[in-house]
Amino acid sequence: MKKSLRERLAVLSDAAKYDASCASSGTSKRDSSKSGGLGSTEGSGICHAYAPDGRCISLLKILMTNFCIYDCAYCINRSSSNVERARFTPEEVVWLTLEFYRRNYIEGLFLSSGIIRDSDYTMEQMVRIARDLRVKHNFRGYIHLKTIPEASAKLIEEAGLFADRLSINVELPTDAGVEKFAPQKHPANIRRSMGALKIKIDELSEPTHTKRRKRFVPAGQSTQMIIGAEPTSDATILKSSAGLYSNFSLRRVYYSAFSPIPDASKILPLTKPPLVREHRLYQADWLYRFYGFGMDEITAGKVDGMLELNIDPKLSWALSNRDRFPVDINRADKEMLLRVPGFGVKTVMSILMARKHRRLGLDDLGRLKVSIKKVKAFIEAAGWTPVSLIDRGDLRDMFAPPPEQLVLL
Amino acid sequence: MKIELRARGEFTEWRDAAREALCAGVPPRDIDWNAQGGEHGLFDDLSPSPPWGIAPAKVQLSPAMGWGEGASVSVLGPPPHPALRATLSPKGRGEIRVPPAFLTLAEAVICHSDPARFDLAYRLLWRLQTEKHLLGDVSGPDIVRAHAMQKSVGRDSHKMKAFVRFKELPETGDRRRFIAWFEPEHFIVARVAPFFQRRFTDMDWIIATPKGSAVWDGDTLRTSDEAAEKPEIVDDTDDLWRTYFAHIFNPARLKVKMMQSEMPKKYWKNLPEAELIPDLIRDAEQRVRDMAEREASNSMPKFHAALQRRSFPSPPRGEGGA
Repeated sequence: MKKSLRERLAVLSDAAKYDASCASSGTSKRDSSKSGGLGSTEGSGICHAYAPDGRCISLLKILMTNFCIYDCAYCINRSSSNVERARFTPEEVVWLTLEFYRRNYIEGLFLSSGIIRDSDYTMEQMVRIARDLRVKHNFRGYIHLKTIPEASAKLIEEAGLFADRLSINVELPTDAGVEKFAPQKHPANIRRSMGALKIKIDELSEPTHTKRRKRFVPAGQSTQMIIGAEPTSDATILKSSAGLYSNFSLRRVYYSAFSPIPDASKILPLTKPPLVREHRLYQADWLYRFYGFGMDEITAGKVDGMLELNIDPKLSWALSNRDRFPVDINRADKEMLLRVPGFGVKTVMSILMARKHRRLGLDDLGRLKVSIKKVKAFIEAAGWTPVSLIDRGDLRDMFAPPPEQLVLL
Repeated sequence: MKIELRARGEFTEWRDAAREALCAGVPPRDIDWNAQGGEHGLFDDLSPSPPWGIAPAKVQLSPAMGWGEGASVSVLGPPPHPALRATLSPKGRGEIRVPPAFLTLAEAVICHSDPARFDLAYRLLWRLQTEKHLLGDVSGPDIVRAHAMQKSVGRDSHKMKAFVRFKELPETGDRRRFIAWFEPEHFIVARVAPFFQRRFTDMDWIIATPKGSAVWDGDTLRTSDEAAEKPEIVDDTDDLWRTYFAHIFNPARLKVKMMQSEMPKKYWKNLPEAELIPDLIRDAEQRVRDMAEREASNSMPKFHAALQRRSFPSPPRGEGGA
């Protein structure tokens, strides 16, 4: 018997939850006041709900179908899995997106799909959904399409005309990993697709004299890799990310802690997902993109190339580079202020502005909602010099969380 | 000196009063800002007009507007302040100039629900007259406080954009009609309403709250600052949304604190999906355990076997027998 729409929605959102991204930010600003249609995007994305896993729900994140001809070991939808299967028609996806959007549940659609028949056939259906939303229904909300890497360049280009963001997953941090766990996927093809998309984005963002620029993937491309399914070190992962950022101008690399899936393949660890590790990788990624750190600085001297789990990577860097501290908050340049553990980008901007008016002390930082306890060992301020602190042998212990008492088995 | 305000988030109400007080040279410590409509105070001697604290006439949404049945929301015209409008001409004596950043800040602060907001905003305005760089002193106590209020109003506005849930009303004309009930912390309805107009342009909607409401009919956006009543509407699509919410949740990654810091419980009562949360949390661990205990099955789906028999990469046309 054919499953009801609700039953299929259950299956196809279950199938989509292992995708980390739900971002709806960073696209072009637009709204419906002139068109009289539906939808807007206004810079920063909106999280319309949070699931108890702490993840933001911004988009209707579903698979068009979870039938798949590929057999990737880490994937819940691999062909050898006994997971329940379902499929939406393009019209159903369009309907769900619009009705969810009208009730203000979502910012838009994040559509992904198992591969049915072949890559082009699947991609064609996805493009049709995006085109119908934009053209037939005048929809101006956010659309993210997970591109099928082997699909033809023409289809990917067409997808880019309707989608805000396109992503192609590199799946695993190393080529060897992909070849082992996703034998039908080819890292070279994935990179070729990413490269082609980057070139197209660059080309179409060049202003021309003769005609208006086309809107093409305004929120750029992103990718995802699964962490913890195979034994790659953080240093290798982050190096690979740095390569992806610089080679393909990716907007984001998402790290997804490998999470046990129903009817998992026997070759994978059925352990708890390494959530803290995933968090540390995101922090490192942030330091690289917004704080001026090099990936090699972040992972330098780490045992087995692994980030420490008990302290964050910025603090870890500071503790191994004590000669760079203390930093005088009234004189130091922006670059160095950004490296102080406990200062965020906003705090640094506030300090730069406030110190034009007077010499700042610890109480000023307190009013800027900085944790004095966390920063005071690393800074000099009016009426404060931490000399003895930074040289302390037990400085590290002051920050690391207290050891947990062991429990009897 | 006592200044009475309706205090429902309207910026011009405070601005006009503050402008007048400042022109008269009244220092902040001499003003007692009194929230919500009492009798007239400051402008007694300036204007003989009736008190402007009185509630404006209620306008019931009428069927003629295409908004009759099902919507028990009252919509009001903008609150008139005839006394102020009559006596304060913008080009009156003593022009007051402020940096644009102050306007942005004060507009947000005035929407805050803290009764101390008027005093704080006036103190900033007063100090700005002699301390030109006051706003740059971001660690000064007054500025810190104002920024905290601005942030809180910003957060509330953001949450309103996120957590308003429209429910569909029966169709009567060719435009679809929706209504939402929301309970903001601050007086932000008029501030946030244009966002919904830009987004939900092709449908009629009402957002009703205890702190005011907004109505869009495809032509005009109207807002009121009067308290509205909660409508009782059922929308079947909420069921599909709950299905989605329950299934996009990954029980192996339970992080309840994270969820609650972003979606505080005070918003839950108006979110259709929130009723599922306690059960999802309670069952999460068991679901993960079950998943781990269930061994990978040895049998594989038929279509997988079929795929294996054919050589890759020219897969069969069959899609697994949907």
